[in-house]
Amino acid sequence: MSRQISISVCMGTGGLAAGAREVMEMFSVELASAGVETTLHAQKHCDLHRVGCRGFCARDVLVDVSIDGTKTTYEQVTLDRVARIVNEHVVGGQPVEEFAAGVDYHNFEDKQLKVVLSECGLIDPEDIEAYIKVGGYEAAKKVLATLSPQDTIDTIKLSGLRGRGGAGFPTGLKWEFGSKEQASQKYLICNADEGDPGAFMDRSVVEGNPHVVIEGMIIAAYAIGTTKGYVYIRAEYPLAVQRLELALKHARQKGFLGDNIFGRGVKFDIKVKLGAGAFVCGEETALIASIEGNRGMPRSKPPFPAQKGLFGKPTIINNVETLANVTYIIRRGAEWFASLGTEKSKGTKVFALTGKIKNSGLIEVPMGIPLRKVIYGIGGGIEKDRRFKAVQTGGPSGGCIPESLLDTHLDYESLASVGSIMGSGGMVVLDEGDCMVNIAKYFLEFTQAESCGKCTPCRVGTKRLLEILTRITEGKGKANDLVTLEALARDVIDSSLCGLGQTAPNPILSTLKYFRDEYDAHIIDKRCPAGVCKALLTYTIKEDACTGCTMCARVCPVKAITGEKKKTHYIDHGLCIKCNSCYDVCKFNAVDKR
Amino acid sequence: MTTAIAQDTITLTINGKTVTAASGKTILQVCRDSGIYVPTLCYDERLEAYGGCRLCLVEVKGQGRPLSSCTTPIREGMEVTTDSDRITRLRKTVLELLLSNHPNDCMLCEKAGACTLQELVYMYGVRYDNYYGEMWNLPKKDDNPFISYDPNKCVLCGRCVNICQNVVMKGTIDMTGRGFYSKPDTAFGKPLTPDICVFCGQCVSACPVGALTEKQARGKGRVGSVERVRTTCTYCGTGCNFYLNVNKGKIVKVTSDYAAPVNKGNLCVKGRFGYDFIQHPDRITKPLIRREGVTDTSPEVLKDPMAVFREAEWDEALDLVASKFMELKNKYGPDSVGGFSSSRCTNEENYLFAKWVRVALNTNNVDNCARV
Ligand SMILES: Cc1cc2nc3c(=O)[nH]c(=O)nc-3n(C[C@H](O)[C@H](O)[C@H](O)COP(=O)(O)O)c2cc1C
Ligand code: SF4
Ligand code: SF4
Ligand code: SF4
Ligand code: SF4
Ligand code: SF4
Ligand code: SF4
Ligand code: FES
Ligand code: FES
Repeated sequence: MSRQISISVCMGTGGLAAGAREVMEMFSVELASAGVETTLHAQKHCDLHRVGCRGFCARDVLVDVSIDGTKTTYEQVTLDRVARIVNEHVVGGQPVEEFAAGVDYHNFEDKQLKVVLSECGLIDPEDIEAYIKVGGYEAAKKVLATLSPQDTIDTIKLSGLRGRGGAGFPTGLKWEFGSKEQASQKYLICNADEGDPGAFMDRSVVEGNPHVVIEGMIIAAYAIGTTKGYVYIRAEYPLAVQRLELALKHARQKGFLGDNIFGRGVKFDIKVKLGAGAFVCGEETALIASIEGNRGMPRSKPPFPAQKGLFGKPTIINNVETLANVTYIIRRGAEWFASLGTEKSKGTKVFALTGKIKNSGLIEVPMGIPLRKVIYGIGGGIEKDRRFKAVQTGGPSGGCIPESLLDTHLDYESLASVGSIMGSGGMVVLDEGDCMVNIAKYFLEFTQAESCGKCTPCRVGTKRLLEILTRITEGKGKANDLVTLEALARDVIDSSLCGLGQTAPNPILSTLKYFRDEYDAHIIDKRCPAGVCKALLTYTIKEDACTGCTMCARVCPVKAITGEKKKTHYIDHGLCIKCNSCYDVCKFNAVDKR
Repeated sequence: MTTAIAQDTITLTINGKTVTAASGKTILQVCRDSGIYVPTLCYDERLEAYGGCRLCLVEVKGQGRPLSSCTTPIREGMEVTTDSDRITRLRKTVLELLLSNHPNDCMLCEKAGACTLQELVYMYGVRYDNYYGEMWNLPKKDDNPFISYDPNKCVLCGRCVNICQNVVMKGTIDMTGRGFYSKPDTAFGKPLTPDICVFCGQCVSACPVGALTEKQARGKGRVGSVERVRTTCTYCGTGCNFYLNVNKGKIVKVTSDYAAPVNKGNLCVKGRFGYDFIQHPDRITKPLIRREGVTDTSPEVLKDPMAVFREAEWDEALDLVASKFMELKNKYGPDSVGGFSSSRCTNEENYLFAKWVRVALNTNNVDNCARV
């Protein structure tokens, strides 16, 4: 009896960057020379295929080898490791333990609950049959065959699904608004702009399982009664665009899109529109302006896009993750979905976990899970076992949550109650080495640069906020700066036109709330407690710790350090340019900065 | 409540006062119709509301954040407050932020006295120095005969862009750059030249501040020293109205009359900038009659027109024309003469002219130069 062998190679963007294409080729070469026949998906002897991102890109190239259902995951597979995996494991049946993914991988992987990402990293994203084999397009078929548009909307309402694009608006309700509008044409838009720095949840879904999004769009289009859909996706996602286009082509060939979907006389097709990488174009009204060929600037709501959207017609906009969830809700039932998460936040949420965390990557967890579990469980704790300081959620306009609130649950309401937001799922972990004033400044730099310039409070207000923060980090802060900062932050929130300006000051307000002492230290004591703000640092050499090894004197670019061999060295503060070289190079921790 | 009425009119309260208005209007429009003042900078009644300046913010009961009244459609039962401590604070902040990137230049500014920013700053008692930081120091652009652009005074209200794109349909200018560095400009900052711009000056007419001004009017008198004379354009039959701004008998510039029934404040290049003929020394202001016995009218001779023509009064000139027409008509018949009138005449004038040709001259030989 022949064995069922399957090898899947991660070919997400992270995998490809780590050399997955070469690894894949090496597998076919090695398999061939070992006499194992590889046929794509035929499952004759060995099924060697590509999969999308599995979230743990730091350990790419990730390869799964499974023999008769027993799976071994290999991490950081390089070309020279392929031969042993083929010979010892595929041929010999003995997994190569030393290459197998370790405890971090299992901590990371096993504590998640994957719904949206359940098929990412499992199936070949470029093969529609692979998707169909796991139940793909059954949900859309079921909806078109057995449910009325209103039934479909009711199902989504019952599931409790809320938009994953940031605002958390109930999806079923949004669709109902759309379905009730009478118009000669309506539009459905899938928002795949994903402009938050460091976010890649939507990219991974489109790269790893594009069909699940297309299927969600078919269901949404049927529910709201539209024949035309768009996917607005950033041009910086070439792999996602390519796989999406391919998936659309395959879906059309199968009759899943077009004039007669599933032979049921339903008409719907999808166009791909490339965004040029402006963060604000993720905002729905700016996105619409961009599709219309105008400068991507938001406009005031109301009227909402559901009433007056693309080309002035009723338009429903949903995020990638929202639409992927729709497919699974229909496939597995609204009750099942509603059983996950909390009372008001149902289902799961995908987060991009980054910063000073051991295991960074893309994770999916049930709504309502405590932050602590994510950071110390899945994330494996803080890098280098330093002290946790804060976690910033919600992307560039989210808030910073301090250690005392680590038991906060990850759901819309709980996050809002501590001054942060769910956003699209950014999660940046900060440790004792991070200066909170500097962090606030970092996020403001981003939002300020990405402001579209249309409205006064955001265009000039964020600039002035950033300038105040910059002055504080440079030691030029004044006593009443914090009053000005806080008042202006609130006014910008209250008076800006769109969500960008309305949330941009959040990082300031939350750091002011939880880390005011750090601001005071900068302004009053002219000191950066975390030792980050260069202008406020003084480098000195501790006499008792210095062994006179001369390393620091040798690396100092401006010759500010003097001292004889085996005697204490000294830094001339007039010359020091605070480059940190001596601090980095000293093996005896004798250089002090504060 | 009968449904027919409910669809067409909406009842709401503004500052506690009940107001009824046609559905589809915005809060700002209803306020203006009811004489309730709401400050605006980016709103221009010729254009779709922009919602950018955020000065027209009002509070609507049940809404957490203030809404821009220029963009928000009215709804049945809405309770609007146009002034409150919070709203005043936000408007002041907006003005302070604008001033933090604005030259303190009213004394030399062409727009002083007619500048919306200056007026609002005065009204709200806002000072220059509440926020400080980087300020623009961009070069002025006036590389064309008509329009002077000082970006440093721009408040980014978008009116110039919107009128050029959506009324003139020219699209010569758009917002460029991002964030603090956004500003209206031509593509790649190219100079305004006839191949991209029709020099209608609509952008200038829309600018609420001194960022876009009439180049030829510079230094010739501001709003306080000019008399505004409402008149009708003589260039074409559209009959646009506008104001001639006259300083000590001298025409300085043309400004828009938003109340004009025909053009509602809009003008083309001729009406806006073609006023120099009015006080040109070469302008013919009296009828001219060819001098007796002069037959040579070659360009050489015409260099001194008064050698060929003499000035006359209207009565004499009209009598002469009438007698010549009658002479020709009697001698050669009515179809030997005809009339050709100008597209610069109004419809009424053209009507009267055609009538005169048909009734007085008895011929259908009548035409007009309007061919576009
Ligand atoms: C500045 C800004 C950027 C945004 N970027 C995105 C984005 O990249 N992707 C997204 O889906 N939604 C984004 N949104 C939210 C969208 O405006 C919109 O609410 C969302 O796409 C609706 O989909 P949902 O109901 O499925 O969440 C952004 C909003 C703002 C204010
Ligand atoms: S808030 Fe910022 S991004 Fe949004 S419209 Fe205003 S300037 Fe543009
Ligand atoms: S911080 Fe840099 S410049 Fe200063 S003493 Fe150390 S090595 Fe020299
Ligand atoms: S634009 Fe207005 S506020 Fe600015 S200098 Fe001129 S008159 Fe003063
Ligand atoms: S003069 Fe007319 S065409 Fe030229 S930029 Fe201004 S509005 Fe546009
Ligand atoms: S130039 Fe004038 S009209 Fe144009 S955006 Fe600036 S202030 Fe507004
Ligand atoms: S020439 Fe231009 S401004 Fe004058 S009446 Fe005609 S359209 Fe109006
Ligand atoms: S691309 Fe391989 S795990 Fe993300
Ligand atoms: S007038 Fe409404 S925002 Fe400017």
